[in-house]
Amino acid sequence: MDFVGLLTHYDVVGAFWVNIQLTLWSALFSTILGVILVLMRISPVGSLRGFATGFVRFFQNMPLTILMVFLLLGAFVQLRLQFSSDFTTNFYWLAITGLSLYTSTYVCESLRSGINTVPIGQAEAARSLGFGFFQSAFLIILPQALRGAIAPLGNTLIALMKNTTVAAAAAVASETSSLMNTMIEANADQILTIFLIFAIGWVILIIPVGLLTTYLSNHLAVRR
Amino acid sequence: MRNIHSSHALGRTILAALTSLAMLTGLAGCADGLAGQQVTGPTVRIGIKFDQPGLSVKDGSTYSGFDVDVAEYVADKLGFSKRQIQWVQAASSQRETLLANGQVDFIVGSYSIDAARKKVVDFAGPYFVAGQDLLVRKSEKSITGPQDLDGRKLCTASGSTSAQVIKNNFSSNVQVMELSGYAECVTALESGTVDAVSTDDIILAALAAAKGDNDLRVVGKPFTKETYGIGVRKGSVELKRKINEALQQMISSGTWKKDLTAATKGTGYTPNPAWNPPATMNAQNSDHDVSHFLKTAKSSTSSASSSASASSSSSQSSSKKGE
Repeated sequence: MDFVGLLTHYDVVGAFWVNIQLTLWSALFSTILGVILVLMRISPVGSLRGFATGFVRFFQNMPLTILMVFLLLGAFVQLRLQFSSDFTTNFYWLAITGLSLYTSTYVCESLRSGINTVPIGQAEAARSLGFGFFQSAFLIILPQALRGAIAPLGNTLIALMKNTTVAAAAAVASETSSLMNTMIEANADQILTIFLIFAIGWVILIIPVGLLTTYLSNHLAVRR
Repeated sequence: MRNIHSSHALGRTILAALTSLAMLTGLAGCADGLAGQQVTGPTVRIGIKFDQPGLSVKDGSTYSGFDVDVAEYVADKLGFSKRQIQWVQAASSQRETLLANGQVDFIVGSYSIDAARKKVVDFAGPYFVAGQDLLVRKSEKSITGPQDLDGRKLCTASGSTSAQVIKNNFSSNVQVMELSGYAECVTALESGTVDAVSTDDIILAALAAAKGDNDLRVVGKPFTKETYGIGVRKGSVELKRKINEALQQMISSGTWKKDLTAATKGTGYTPNPAWNPPATMNAQNSDHDVSHFLKTAKSSTSSASSSASASSSSSQSSSKKGE
């Protein structure tokens, strides 16, 4: 089987589409969760700060593969927690859960680094104008923090995209790294070609994200 | 290459490089030539899998299983004692690369011979012929073969083609869960998460036996023919010939049968007598062409399955359906 044969016989584009979908859903949920976490970390309530710190420390320092395997073998096989009785849907959402838990900690830390770029005077001014916690967070602090956190958030997004291949550990069999293994298993004489197909595919996918991140971080950064 | 000899003075690096080159091209000759010179003695690096019950299992620092027995026998005939063997883990997707790079001298790792693989590696053997089968819970009555899996749940190891064979030829609506290994699949099978596990029959039999509580059974109607070969680097004609000689000797001396019996002891598994032991070392391709396969299987299993009266009627109807 040659290069064209490989591309027509296997749904390579479909596999990349699965990774893109995993990226988009996980990015959405990890952003929501990440914002909640960072709000907890800067909140005046000590127990919330403590919980968020513990959560971030725990999931940030756990290898993603181990988290995925736990969700699959621990949460699903042993504890019978499932999203759907259909395997494909179930594993898909298990993977998104794992990716979101893991990535949200990096989103939280990226945002927190952005918050550290906002001068303390901004928060004091908001408070002196009578803004409450959520008002000053959403109207004053976070918008500025976001603009300062574009670069780390972009890196987190790129890491997330690549991490979606770990979904194979949560039995998502249609994504790229699984398809690559299947193709190698059946076409042992074409290992280099198969590897190049996926390597180039990923590079094409990720380079624009990197360029966009650089562009945005240059243009949106708050000049002080 | 640096692993071939344990320690050297710097001046001997070139010699080491040369000898390792020699080992890759003509293994046995090298062994004779070096035996007198090296204090530590040469070693042979054999690729096996570490997690295939019945075939090759790594437990601590010991290795056991039929693949291990075959590898040790072949190594012995090539002039290497058990202590001179370096076991190297050879996962399915890395086998061709390991051979091409010379990181292993040969691979005995449930390595099914097929046309695509023959383009990049050479095969000695086959030393064993297995077939893909199903493992189910003992209470499961509705699964009598791969054609009964539509809408059911199947577990295979990730990267294997077992699920694809079933999807393409028998049950297109089977739901597949791919886990990192078959031991995890068995856990999922016992907990009821999946209804069947599929891979080669000899592995399934060993998996069922390893559980020990006797509530799993192998369906017993293999639907592919997997010829296990010993992979060597492309173009290693001499090594391949020597391995084939060793394998033939292993079969004719009765060691093959003895080792296989020992490796499958307590599993109730008997290899298909029409295929085993392989008569000629012709590196015959595995056969996933099911329509052709079922015709030959029907004639060969008609005598073998006569004792299992309960399942014979269903077996006949299913093979008719397959034709």
